[in-house]
Amino acid sequence: MSKKLLLNKAHVEGIRHFDVYRREGGYASIEKALKMQPADIVEEVKKSGLRGRGGAGFPTGMKWSFLAKPEGVPRYLVVNADESEPGTFKDRYLMEFIPHLLIEGMIVASFALGSNNSYIYIRGEYDWVADILEEAIKEAHQNGWLGKNIQGSGFDCNIFVQRGAGAYICGEETALLESLEGKRGNPRIKPPFPAVKGLWGCPTVVNNVETIAAVVPIINEGGDEYAKIGIGRSTGTKLISACGNINKPGVYEIDMTISVEEFIFSDEYCGGIPNGKRLKACIPGGSSVPIVPANLLLTTAKGEKRLMNYESLSDGGFATGTMMGSGGFIVLDEDQCIVKHTYTLARFYRHESCGQCSPCREGTGWMEKILQKIETGKGEMKDIDLLWDIQRRIEGNTICPLGDAAAWPVAAAIRHFRDEFEWHVKNPEKCLTQNYGLANYADPIQVAG
Amino acid sequence: MIQFNEKTISRVNEIIARYPDGKQKSALIPVLHLAQVEFDGWLDTPVMDYVAALLKITPIEVYEVASFYSMFNLKPVGKHVFEVCQTGPCMLRGCDDIIDYIKKKLNIKVGETTADGMFTLKTVECLGACGYAPMMQLGKHYREHLTKESVDQIIEECRNK
Repeated sequence: MSKKLLLNKAHVEGIRHFDVYRREGGYASIEKALKMQPADIVEEVKKSGLRGRGGAGFPTGMKWSFLAKPEGVPRYLVVNADESEPGTFKDRYLMEFIPHLLIEGMIVASFALGSNNSYIYIRGEYDWVADILEEAIKEAHQNGWLGKNIQGSGFDCNIFVQRGAGAYICGEETALLESLEGKRGNPRIKPPFPAVKGLWGCPTVVNNVETIAAVVPIINEGGDEYAKIGIGRSTGTKLISACGNINKPGVYEIDMTISVEEFIFSDEYCGGIPNGKRLKACIPGGSSVPIVPANLLLTTAKGEKRLMNYESLSDGGFATGTMMGSGGFIVLDEDQCIVKHTYTLARFYRHESCGQCSPCREGTGWMEKILQKIETGKGEMKDIDLLWDIQRRIEGNTICPLGDAAAWPVAAAIRHFRDEFEWHVKNPEKCLTQNYGLANYADPIQVAG
Repeated sequence: MIQFNEKTISRVNEIIARYPDGKQKSALIPVLHLAQVEFDGWLDTPVMDYVAALLKITPIEVYEVASFYSMFNLKPVGKHVFEVCQTGPCMLRGCDDIIDYIKKKLNIKVGETTADGMFTLKTVECLGACGYAPMMQLGKHYREHLTKESVDQIIEECRNK
């Protein structure tokens, strides 16, 4: 059983409300933090080894230490609750069931960073979740944990919730800031980074919901204790949202030492594949990370058991590995069509491209159209190479990572399942009513690139 | 004349107070949400112009935002809008069948509104409910684990409202 640090109290009755949350030991990390020096809190977070839980995995303590502190200029903490990466629904779970954990973590982080007004930018569709957060904030105010001079510390802290309005791109931190300023979500050119010039031109830290929640156990138990959980540079616990063809979809907190095989097949987690079907492929970290066939998912190219952590999932690079990403774990059984699945993702990225950079704006549209062509039995062999060529021209050639995020799923699908694409081209009628089935796992076809 | 009711006006002022002086443009997206709820579920040009005046920004600043975000409707919609997710994880759990079923049941195509103005069917991209797929957004809430039977119930429920 994995140790739980975030969701251990999520099912206590009434935990959504302040009184119960407080009775269960909530808000203790703030009491401790307010007696510390802000720099020492940053130090604890550094020691914990906590890495950003939104997808990029950047060390949080380091991000905090980059925050510029010019005299007389406000600094801001902005929490990224724009969870929109297909396959990812962990932050929603956390905010919906244990909202005070986020508020508590935000108060500690705000104190550490010197942010008197902090914002939660939540995706617009999570309308009722925003209400739950508003309610938690109201309770925190009523009990003296938010507002002026919180708990007599001399520190003023406010938290505000702002809903987006349907734009995946606003999960990219500079697009998020643009949106929070009332503009289109067009990512900014970096540098300057938000740590220097963020919200309204002021130094800003943008952190994911789960990252901020993890600050609570780090302060309570100490950075060193937190770092003992997990393995290597994958310290602490990680929320994984599991979906697709599994018996028990849902959100699980794991300590990053368990194997992928255990995660999929054990009853404690996903509970295996329904209807006795076989595992075909998996996207373990949200739709942007490379899809891998079953054999490479369960074992690395070196023949080691693959584990559910940053290092192991990326072992082998993109040739044979994938990424931890956001923890959006999507499982495909033997009946699923890789071409169709990749097509839905390509359509997603075309829809979500902000249109600022031509390679992404044009390329995502091309990829969607070509994939639709192949999926509907109208594809030609040269389309597969054209797809490969287009994704290569998008990757690395855009202001923000959406371009890469759109390119990688297409690249990985061709890299590992080229035979399935070719089968579609060769069987234009059959592919409309039948699926290719299991790919030839033992010999994933490599494409020069 | 287009004007928010008093309660909404005080809500708008509350929202503007969250930002530093002179940064009231930050309230734009929250205020457009309020406008869409108050003015029949969509943003007509006069409504957007009203919001621009309220926030002391130019109308084009409102139009460019309203047209960027997928939750803002720039055309009239039905009383109940079914926004069914069609991205990968929902596809794996059979959203195509649900979309087809709703189309037949309501006798409309995706993007259309029923003749009586009751229902609009839209397909949307990932709403973050992948573990509870197939799903749709209906107003403020999500309806998850959709089946043909539950779709029937939802339609009935809407008709009785």
